Amino acid sequence: MNRWIRRTALVLLALLAIAAVVSLWLPGSAAVQYRDAIDAVPSARFPLGTDELGRDRLAQLLCGIRISFLLAPAAALFSTLIAALIGGTAGWCGGRIEWLFMVVADVFVSLPWLFLLITVRAILPLDVSAAVSIVVTFLLLGILGWAAPARVVRARARAIRQSEYVLYARACGAGRARLFVRQLIPDLRSILAAQFWICLPVYVISEANLGLLGLGVTDPLVSLGGMVRALQSQTAFFARPWILAPAAVLVLAPACLHFARLGEDRAS
Amino acid sequence: MIQRSAICAASLLLLAFTSGPPDTELRLCLRSEPRTFDPLLVEDESSETIRYLTSGVLVRLNRATQQVEPELATSWKILDGGRRIDFQLRPGVRFSDGSPFTAVDVAYTIRRVIDPNVHASIGDGFRTGDGSVRTVVRSPESISVIFPAPFALLPTIFDQLAIVPANAPAGEKAVLGPFMVADYKAGNYVLLRRNPNYWRRDEAGHPLPYIGSVRLLIQQNRDLELMRFRRGEIDMISKLDPELFDRIAPESHGRARDAGPGLDSVVFWFNQSQAAPIPEWKKRWYTSAAFRRAVSMGINRADLCRLVWRGHAVPAAGPVSPANRAWVNGAIKPDAYSPAAATASLERDGFHLKGGTLYDRDGHAVEISLISNAGNPLHERAMAMIRQDLAKIGIRVTIVVLDFPSVIERITRTFDYEACLLPMLPELDPQTQQNMWLSAGENHPWNPAEKSPATAWEAEVDRLMRAQAADTNQQKRKAAFDRVQQILAEQQPMICLVHPDVLLVTGPRVRNAAPAIIRPQLLWNADRLQVAP
Repeated sequence: MNRWIRRTALVLLALLAIAAVVSLWLPGSAAVQYRDAIDAVPSARFPLGTDELGRDRLAQLLCGIRISFLLAPAAALFSTLIAALIGGTAGWCGGRIEWLFMVVADVFVSLPWLFLLITVRAILPLDVSAAVSIVVTFLLLGILGWAAPARVVRARARAIRQSEYVLYARACGAGRARLFVRQLIPDLRSILAAQFWICLPVYVISEANLGLLGLGVTDPLVSLGGMVRALQSQTAFFARPWILAPAAVLVLAPACLHFARLGEDRAS
Repeated sequence: MIQRSAICAASLLLLAFTSGPPDTELRLCLRSEPRTFDPLLVEDESSETIRYLTSGVLVRLNRATQQVEPELATSWKILDGGRRIDFQLRPGVRFSDGSPFTAVDVAYTIRRVIDPNVHASIGDGFRTGDGSVRTVVRSPESISVIFPAPFALLPTIFDQLAIVPANAPAGEKAVLGPFMVADYKAGNYVLLRRNPNYWRRDEAGHPLPYIGSVRLLIQQNRDLELMRFRRGEIDMISKLDPELFDRIAPESHGRARDAGPGLDSVVFWFNQSQAAPIPEWKKRWYTSAAFRRAVSMGINRADLCRLVWRGHAVPAAGPVSPANRAWVNGAIKPDAYSPAAATASLERDGFHLKGGTLYDRDGHAVEISLISNAGNPLHERAMAMIRQDLAKIGIRVTIVVLDFPSVIERITRTFDYEACLLPMLPELDPQTQQNMWLSAGENHPWNPAEKSPATAWEAEVDRLMRAQAADTNQQKRKAAFDRVQQILAEQQPMICLVHPDVLLVTGPRVRNAAPAIIRPQLLWNADRLQVAP
């Protein structure tokens, strides 16, 4: 049963990825306004209908998937690498270095990241393109998001440092650098993978939150968060259920990631 | 014992009289927390609504007819070429605590308003020329207000001057309006109860207001506000978004009303400040009237009205809405959408189109960034449409949505922006817009606080605005302001896009509602509103 769920999750993720990539070569754009076909219902021309300015909802959805699911993994990878470096060093070295690194991590955890993002967004040059702006936003998410994973990594690294097999290796004359490469990094791999998969949906949702505040991706680009803003009109989806598609993707994709990871953890 | 019972009975009677039956409570939402209950310090819309419902004024601008009508003053006379106004006050009027209203209260209120230490927002309106406003109390029911220079805004400015008591035992809690503040739970509601001493009576001699209380629920989310209306928890919404209006209209049995274009406009302007940290060649574009006119012609206002405001807006010819019947220059028409004419105009100004991109005479591609505040989907959609429209004449627009304080910081302090889209919320009389149209004005949008007018046409606007401010002849003032509107239409320093309609809805319990386009659109006749049990 679990294997079946994992396979289904992987197939769905693959389909989303393929659709997002293939759409790059399809005619039309998420930003083109078909002003003679506003708020259109699904049809052969517009499979998910159009929005209030006549923009193709399917093209927008695929654009949103591309942005959210390409940049979120990049940001998650970035966070995980910083967490590995800082958490791993702190846990492995111990003492004052550990204390210092963890103070820095505490400071980062307590930062009001939303206000920080809004501030950075406000001081960006105005002529940067929407694409650069959203890359900077995800980069910031990555930079701000390392602290919590770093604590987990630090705890694991410290446990490894204090473990009997490391003590034995040291007693046998293994140097710190050798132990770091041969013992610590392989042992941290699974925990880092777990942190990566945890960060990924968090960043997708974070961008959606910024989109809900109107501070996410701007026209001509579109993000899933921006599309979900349409659902703020809480009764609109009873009349037009197809506008729920971005919300469905926003729920489905992290769920698929979770199930895929679940299977991976069990396999390992 | 008998005495105690009598006091109890009297108290119950008084309570019943002041609170009214519980089922005559009118309920509606405020979009934000009121920042103050002091009627002289009001700056935000929620506080303004409370001030309107609780305060008495000498004259009232009738929101339906746009004419000034007697209120606490039964008559007035403008003398000395507009330097002095004499009011005859209504006799027998009492504050909510029972203390009498006299000319001393008016004099005290004006003294407080012009006191710079009070920081009353309306105080600026009373400062005309050198010197300060004086009052002369001639009798308890008559007062003269003397200005140092002729003042065009007489008597309209007194519509916003809430009279506060000079000597009432209840202090400034004593009010002259139809309601008084009874309870306030921060973040939750403001409860107003009927003022038992309100002076006005209906034609049959019954005391007003009819409603026992008004509960103003603090609710920022407009969708939740609509949901509460549908559930019958609130009785009216006075400012609906077009999408919400279209949703509620079919089920409202005619109680959702489009009152037509309001006074507000949605405008955008190019930064013409020489202090702006933007390239010199861009400054040359933005200070070119031909460039601005071409951009104006390149924007499809009809589509903006149809798609963004869903047909509930009219294309704007200028900053004065056709709803402002007394001041609009009806001869000015909105720029017709014509990419071809826009391109031709740009080519005459030295620009050229190459491969779908517009270049200036020095070969710079025309790329502009347009900022606005986050959280307004209508403005974001309007910017998306402007981007697509201007792309047709080769102009590339980058849309930047910022939090509101950042937008204000850029347009008023750092001038680090190229173009900005915002709503404009003018009052009826041009005198109230001096700070916007005078080149030295702090709120002169495209180039604030100029030391001297940067252009000949701005100098002419300054001269005309000062002339109309110092004249009490309405026809001469109108002629001067018509010319100002003509200059603004020719120069397009502010590209006016649309005037959104005022969209409102009342519930089935509400009687006597008479929607108006001027704030407070549904509450302006609150003392005559009725709520069915």
